[in-house]
Amino acid sequence: METQTAPGRFGRYGGRYVPETLVPALLELEQAYAEARKDPAFDEQVSQVLREYVGRETPLTPARRLTELWRGAEVWLKREDLAHTGAHKINNTIGQVLLAKRMGKKRIIAETGAGQHGVATATACALFGLPCEVFMGAVDVERQSLNVFRMKALGAKVHPVESGSRTLKDAMNEAMRIWVSQVEDTYYVIGSAAGPHPYPTIVRDFQAVIGREIRTQSLVAFGRLPDAVIACIGGGSNAIGALHPFVEDKQVRLVGVEAGGHGLDSGQHGASLTLGTEGVLHGSRSLVLQDENGQIIEAHSISAGLDYPGVGPELAYLAKTGRLEVRTATDEEALKAFYLVSRTEGILPALESSHAFARAGDLARELGKGKHLVVNCSGRGDKDVATIAARGIPAAIGQEGA
Amino acid sequence: MSGEIAEAFARARARGEGALVAYAMAGDPDLPGSVDVFAACVEGGADILEIGVAFSDPIADGPVIQGASERALKAGSTLKRVLDEVVPAVRARCPQTPLVVMTYVNVVMAMGEERYAKLARERGVSGTILPDLPPEESTGIRVAFDKEGLELIPLCAPTTSPTRAESIAKDARGFVYCVSVAGVTGMRSELPANLSERLELVRRLSPVPVVAGFGISNAEQARVVGAHADGVVVGSAIVRAAQADGPAAARQVCADIKRGLKR
Repeated sequence: METQTAPGRFGRYGGRYVPETLVPALLELEQAYAEARKDPAFDEQVSQVLREYVGRETPLTPARRLTELWRGAEVWLKREDLAHTGAHKINNTIGQVLLAKRMGKKRIIAETGAGQHGVATATACALFGLPCEVFMGAVDVERQSLNVFRMKALGAKVHPVESGSRTLKDAMNEAMRIWVSQVEDTYYVIGSAAGPHPYPTIVRDFQAVIGREIRTQSLVAFGRLPDAVIACIGGGSNAIGALHPFVEDKQVRLVGVEAGGHGLDSGQHGASLTLGTEGVLHGSRSLVLQDENGQIIEAHSISAGLDYPGVGPELAYLAKTGRLEVRTATDEEALKAFYLVSRTEGILPALESSHAFARAGDLARELGKGKHLVVNCSGRGDKDVATIAARGIPAAIGQEGA
Repeated sequence: MSGEIAEAFARARARGEGALVAYAMAGDPDLPGSVDVFAACVEGGADILEIGVAFSDPIADGPVIQGASERALKAGSTLKRVLDEVVPAVRARCPQTPLVVMTYVNVVMAMGEERYAKLARERGVSGTILPDLPPEESTGIRVAFDKEGLELIPLCAPTTSPTRAESIAKDARGFVYCVSVAGVTGMRSELPANLSERLELVRRLSPVPVVAGFGISNAEQARVVGAHADGVVVGSAIVRAAQADGPAAARQVCADIKRGLKR
């Protein structure tokens, strides 16, 4: 199944809905990226940095105790939490910052929600010697103070964004505004597989290393492809990266888990694939949370990386065509899963990844014994400990877990 | 009613003036209050009114219009209510002045392109500006608008190449909105030195009038830019004045700009 139906289009989704000022920059980026992809030297350069610096490939870890607990499919964890900076985000920023350098850009801007993309961008900029400015919602600056410190320590300038809901969507608006005014020499590193064409394609391509590794590692570990791969979805970069290489393998179930927040009925969630309608946000047509007048509704999730009211256009297309199964997990379920994975596997997953874990138990039981389930552990939970600790640490957790 | 925009430019030209396209936000401070602001702009000499319809995520706008957008949303402004309550009221008070709606593509898509085009024309809107809809994405909407005789006004940017500018200008309806600075809406103390050349280039290529907007806030800027264009768009300066001191202040800004547009 070819998901890209035309340049920049995934079925009805995708496109390039931006101010005219940005269009020439996006055309330039599209061309530069096409040339870079044809250049084996660029590919080798990216691969080398991923190997030597990021620590790829990341392991595929058997989750023996979760497997035992859930009494279903054998559970495997793709350990993006072990990538340098602690999340999958680094795969994309290494690629894009190298692309920016190749294009002769003088400085880098980025937006960030949970801060993982901001940290990953700041890291790549430090490594390659480019100045970096990160836009972050003021609410997120508060709840992700560890990552704010990390960005600053890495030499990046962090701009708190005070408009709108003061979270990721507003940080993205602000980054776009700044980009419009400095488009000649500035490269905007988008962190999710969203935004105007060609970003959804670029981010997906740089993140697809996750799914390619899952393929080869599965063949080595259990001699065949997994029966299902599950990942959390905010904007969707870890999900599209883990899932895209399996789109053509019909026997592999692809499952995405969105932020259910306080519950789908509460109106406070980030479930744009489940409850969103077609619209245009941040330069692409996709499924978005909006009211009947076309105003974007603020998303909610305990996880700063998932409270985004949009989703990448390719995931919207995969969901609409039925190739991607979409589920949700509430804040409470994600928290429970966080402790479950921490205490059964010795891994503190990011709250984003905890959403995937929250649905992984059901899926493992559905699949049943003798099957193999891969959970994308997209990032580590260190950044979230303040949020989680504030709710009090439970002495024990239910054995059924998530 | 098609051709109203062309007539407004022709009238200004006949008087020896550049045209003033005055932008204000519908619903700021509230729906009836914004009608007073639009009417005041016409009293101040505005030739065309640009009616802003608020969007929650206005990526092409700077802080002044962003703020107006937030206030309008709080006051309950929606595209439907603007077409039902603001447009007819403005039309009644300023029957000679063409009205152009400016909003973001998602707002129009949510109503449905065809439904919007029909309703807008019925209420007396002549054209629409969608700053996040570049020509590559506009084909479907243009068909819907053309069918109703609603003019989709294109934007041209400082970063637009001459070849691209040519194709934008050739296909333009209403007028070409030349963005004077690479950036978002808002007042600027200085405008780029090469702006006049770019305006002249687009003017040579375009069958419809060409206006400059973004960053223009006083008579002197209007005079300099107006010498190379058929008119100017003023937005943030009007919005800020109206918010601070009410409709009379908006009228004053328009009158001041109009002085700069006398030839």
